Amino acid sequence: MSVPLTLLGLLERGPSHGYDLKRDYDAYFGLGRPLRYSQVYATLSRLARDGKAVPGPVEQEAGPERRRYVITEAGAAEVERWLAEPVPPEPDLASELFAKVVLALMLERPADGYLDAQRAAHLQRMRELTDLKRGSDQLGVLLADHALYRLEADLRWIDHTAARLDLLARAVRQ
Amino acid sequence: MTADRPAVAAATGAATIVEARDLFLSFGETPALRGASLGVRKGEIVAVMGPSGSGKSTLLHCLAGILVPDAGVVWLGGRRLDSLSDDRRSALRRDRFGFVFQSGQLVPELTAEENVALPLLLSGTRRGLAMTAARKWFPTLGLDGLGGRRSGELSGGQGQRVALARGLVARPEVLFADEPTGALDSVSGELVMDLLTAAAREHGTTVVLVTHDARVAAYADREVVVRDGKVSTLTGAKP
Repeated sequence: MSVPLTLLGLLERGPSHGYDLKRDYDAYFGLGRPLRYSQVYATLSRLARDGKAVPGPVEQEAGPERRRYVITEAGAAEVERWLAEPVPPEPDLASELFAKVVLALMLERPADGYLDAQRAAHLQRMRELTDLKRGSDQLGVLLADHALYRLEADLRWIDHTAARLDLLARAVRQ
Repeated sequence: MTADRPAVAAATGAATIVEARDLFLSFGETPALRGASLGVRKGEIVAVMGPSGSGKSTLLHCLAGILVPDAGVVWLGGRRLDSLSDDRRSALRRDRFGFVFQSGQLVPELTAEENVALPLLLSGTRRGLAMTAARKWFPTLGLDGLGGRRSGELSGGQGQRVALARGLVARPEVLFADEPTGALDSVSGELVMDLLTAAAREHGTTVVLVTHDARVAAYADREVVVRDGKVSTLTGAKP
């Protein structure tokens, strides 16, 4: 996830202090991993250097420096381009799930037992996310759904693989 | 084969309400169940998953007394279900179980309200009382104003919510749901599952839910997997 472009996108809503941007970033996108203030201000400085945002005057003489940043036309154009651009589909070809199954088959260890355990772990996480949705607002539901659909995709692969283990074992051992 | 009384689940203290032990059942030469065992505790919501043809629906039908296994035992509470006569099993299904299937299977000639009232009418409740009880479900399930419609005038999601109300109206001890969202889009399916689990938890209804959909299974307290006619021993559960 691009922190600079996300902050720039938040800035397009209107002139904002670094503090406001950090608060909103953490609330919408932080997911328990809040941005550091130093990261926010360093990012804003770089955006200003690159002509995507401009800092306003310092608003306070005493205490920490407070100034609002305003997005420029170049910055807004960059946000627009970024929002329209598809994220590269990540097929997770180096998945640990895949590595464990292949190695288990190579070593003649019980891959089906591993797949069952993984399946149970995935469903446990899906139950937690489903519970989370019950107490969430629409944004929370959207976020939990994204995670649920990704886990579901893994589960389908797990079931598909479990059904073909004999075939796969022969292929791996050849 | 022994036919002891059902075990009491030590983990939660809740008694097992329905239990299948070592069920075998074949359709002609084709075995569907090959030693399937499953115990469900009172008030629990259990998802039964598994590939197509694994025997998960057959297991549900045996637990619900719709099918009788060739061998093995089915308990409801402290009572054997599999050895009862057809009539007694039928009465038990009517009085103690509710059902929801993939496509609502509403009676097309009846209104939505009459469909919901049907289990009560069949068990001898007076029509006025049955209709009053049926109507109470409509606002709960977001079906206000649709009570007079027939099934052809309802969307898939609305019809399935009517079927859910019909499954729950007689306050069954156990609700058996076989792919209850299988014919619905994801948004309608989610609404049906939200309502199903909320109603079941409110009334303490035990639910046995057959589904191939992991997102539906995630509404349950735990899942079991049926493979080749047996229930896999490794299952997940809420801690």
